[in-house]
Amino acid sequence: MIYIYLIGGLFLGWSLGANHAANVFGTAVASRMVRFKTAASICSLFVILGAVFGGSGTSATLEKLGAVNAMAGAFMVTLATALSVYWMTKLKLPVSTSQAIIGAILGWNLFSGSVTDFRSLTRIVFSWGASILLTALISAFLYWLLRGVLKRSRIHLLTLDSYTRTGLIIVGAFGAYSLGANNIANVMGVFVAVTPFHDVTLAGLFTLTGVQQLFFLGAVAIAVGVFTYSRRVIQTVGNDLLKISPLAAFVVVLAESLVLFLFSSRTLESWLLTHGLPTIPLVPISSSQAVIGGIIGISIVRRGRGIRYKVLGDIALGWLATPLLAGVVTFFGLFVLQNVFNQQVYLTAEQQAVQRQHPVGYLIDRHVLEHLGKEMDTSEIARIRYRVIPESSVLDDLLKSNTRLTRRQRQTVVRASEVVDIVMDPRLRSRKVDAKKFSQGQIEALLWIDMEKYTYGWQLFAALERISDEWKPRPETAANRQFNLDLAARRQLLVQIFRTSKPPDAVNGK
Amino acid sequence: MSFIHSKKSKVLETQIDEFLDTVSRSSIIFKNGIKKYLDGEIDLFEGTIGEISKLENRADELRHDIESQLYMYSLIPEIRGDVLGLLENMDTVINAEKKSLTQFSVEMPVIPAEYDADYLALADVCMNSAESLVTAVRAFFHDFNMVKNYLHKVYFYEKEADKISDRLKRRIFASELDLSQKIHLRYFALHIEDISDHAEDVADRLGISTIKRNF
Repeated sequence: MIYIYLIGGLFLGWSLGANHAANVFGTAVASRMVRFKTAASICSLFVILGAVFGGSGTSATLEKLGAVNAMAGAFMVTLATALSVYWMTKLKLPVSTSQAIIGAILGWNLFSGSVTDFRSLTRIVFSWGASILLTALISAFLYWLLRGVLKRSRIHLLTLDSYTRTGLIIVGAFGAYSLGANNIANVMGVFVAVTPFHDVTLAGLFTLTGVQQLFFLGAVAIAVGVFTYSRRVIQTVGNDLLKISPLAAFVVVLAESLVLFLFSSRTLESWLLTHGLPTIPLVPISSSQAVIGGIIGISIVRRGRGIRYKVLGDIALGWLATPLLAGVVTFFGLFVLQNVFNQQVYLTAEQQAVQRQHPVGYLIDRHVLEHLGKEMDTSEIARIRYRVIPESSVLDDLLKSNTRLTRRQRQTVVRASEVVDIVMDPRLRSRKVDAKKFSQGQIEALLWIDMEKYTYGWQLFAALERISDEWKPRPETAANRQFNLDLAARRQLLVQIFRTSKPPDAVNGK
Repeated sequence: MSFIHSKKSKVLETQIDEFLDTVSRSSIIFKNGIKKYLDGEIDLFEGTIGEISKLENRADELRHDIESQLYMYSLIPEIRGDVLGLLENMDTVINAEKKSLTQFSVEMPVIPAEYDADYLALADVCMNSAESLVTAVRAFFHDFNMVKNYLHKVYFYEKEADKISDRLKRRIFASELDLSQKIHLRYFALHIEDISDHAEDVADRLGISTIKRNF
C-alpha cells in the first residue's frame, strides 16, 4: 500500500518540478540567455543535491500535514495538491505548492470535522502580499541601480552578456538547490516515518540514509517534471507577462533569492541571533509569487510599459483557485476513498486517544535547543527542529547529515529530545515511589511537583534540582562517583514510572 | 559553460573591433584613391583598389565568423539580430567605396582641374561620415550613452556631402562642357555621394537599435 501512496508523492514531485522550474530559470530561458536543456540539467542536478543533502531542513508545511492523521488521508491531500498544481501548470500559471497543500488540508479538516485554523488562510493572503511587495521593491531597486551603473560603466556588450549569463546560472543553481531543499518535505515528508529504504554505503565513501534515498526519489520526480513539462510556465513568467531583457532576467532571480534568504531563512535568523544582532521578521515567502513580484518591480522602473495586465490577472486568479481547487478535490477524493475503497481517511477522537498512547518519539523544539545551547552550538541542530521523528536512529541520521556534531554530542541531543510526556500523577507516586528506591529528601522533593507535566526528562530533573540538592549531581570526584551513578539510575527510574508515552524503540520492535 | 562563453566573448570582441578597423581603414584608402586619381598618379590609384579589395574580403570573412559564432553560442540573444544587421550594412559602405573606385578605374572620367577641389572635398566629407559611423558603432558596444553624440556627426557629414555634390553638379551643368561629359561627371559625383548615403542608412538602424537596447 505504501508504494501506491508513494506514487501520489511522486506525482506531486513531478508537477512541482513542472511548475517551479520557472521560478529559478524561467526568466533566463525566456530571455534566451540560457538554453532550456542547459537550464533543465542544472536545475535537476541542484534540485537533487538540495533535496538529498539539504532536504532534512525545516518544513513548516509538513508540520501542518502532520495534522492529517491517517495515511489514506495524507495520500489524498498529496494527490489533490498534485492535481491542482498540475492543472495550473497546464494553464501555464505559476502557483505555490505550499498554498495548495494548505488548501487541501482545509478540505481534509472539513471532511473529518476537525477544527480549522483560519489563521492559515490569512497566512496565504498575507504571503501573496508580502512576497509580491518585498520582491517588487527589491527588484525595482536593484534594476534601477544596475541599469544606472551599467549605463555609466563602459563594459563591452559581449562581456556584459557573458557576466549576465554566468550570474543567471549561478543564481539559478542556488535557487534550484533551495527549491529541492525546501520542497522535498512537501513531496516526500509524509513518508519519512515509513520509508521502505535501508541505509546504503556508496563505495565506502559516504552513506545514504533511508530518508535520503526517499528524498532522492522525490527529487528525481521533480527533475523529470522540470524536463518534461516546465516550458509552459517558463513562457508565462519570462515572456507572456513582460518581455524581459537579460539584465532584467538576472535581477528578477536575484531579487527573488535575496527576499527568500532575508525574509524566510531560519538559518540567517539563528546566525543573527547567535551574533547578538537584531533579526528580520520571518515572512512566509512563496517563490512563485516572489518571481512575479520581481517582474512587477522591473515594470515599475519601466513605468508600466510592456506588462500584460490580462496575464497578471490570470496568474492572480490561479493563485486564488489553487488552494480552493485542492480543498474541493480533497473533500470529494476523501469521500470516494472512504466510501468506495473503504480506506480510513481520518482518525476518530477515540482512535486519536489510543494513538496518544503511542510515542511521539523525538522532537527538537525551542526548549530543547535552549537546553542544548548550554553545552553546544545549536545553530545547525535548529535545521531539524519541530520535526516529529519516530526513532532514535532516524534522528541520529538527520543529525549526521545536518550537523558536524561528534558522536558523543549526537547522543546528548538524542537523549535530550526524547519526548517522554511525564505527568507527576500522585497516585503513581504513592504506589511506586518508596524509601527502598529513593532517599527521604528525594521523595519529599517529588511532593512539590505533584500533577506537573513535563515533555522531556531533563525538564523534570531541572525542576527537581531546584527543589532539592539530593537530586543534584555532585562534582565529579572519586568520592562522588557512586552517588552520581545512583542518581542517574534513580532519574531513569523516575522517568519509567511517570512517563505516559511508551518508549519509542520498544514500540517499533527494536 | 558560461566560462567558455567568456573566452569566446573576448575573441568576438577583438573580431568586432577588427571589423570596425577595416571599415575605417577602407574609407581612408578610398579618399586617398580619389586624391591619387585627381593628381593623375594612376599607378598609385590602381594600388588603392587592390588594397580596398583586400579589406573588403577581410571584412566579409570577419562578418561571417562573427555571425556564426553569435548564433552558435547564442550570445546577446536580445540584440543579436540588430548587431548582425548593423555589421551587414556596414559592409555595404566598403562595397560602395570599392565600387566607386572601380568605376573610376573602368571609365577613366576626364575631370577638368577646376573641379578637383570639389571632388576631393566630397570624398573627404564622405570619409568623415564613414569614420563617424564607425565611432558610433564602437560606442554601441562599449559606451552606450555616446552613440547619439556620434550619430549626429554622421548626419551632419551626409548633409555636407549633399550640399557639395549639389554645388558640384550645378557648376558642371552650368559649364561649357559637352552634355555627354557633363552627364559622365555627374555620375561620379553620385558614386562618391553614395558612400555617405550608405553611412546614413546604417546610422538610422543604429539609432533604432540604441532605443531598443534599454537593458
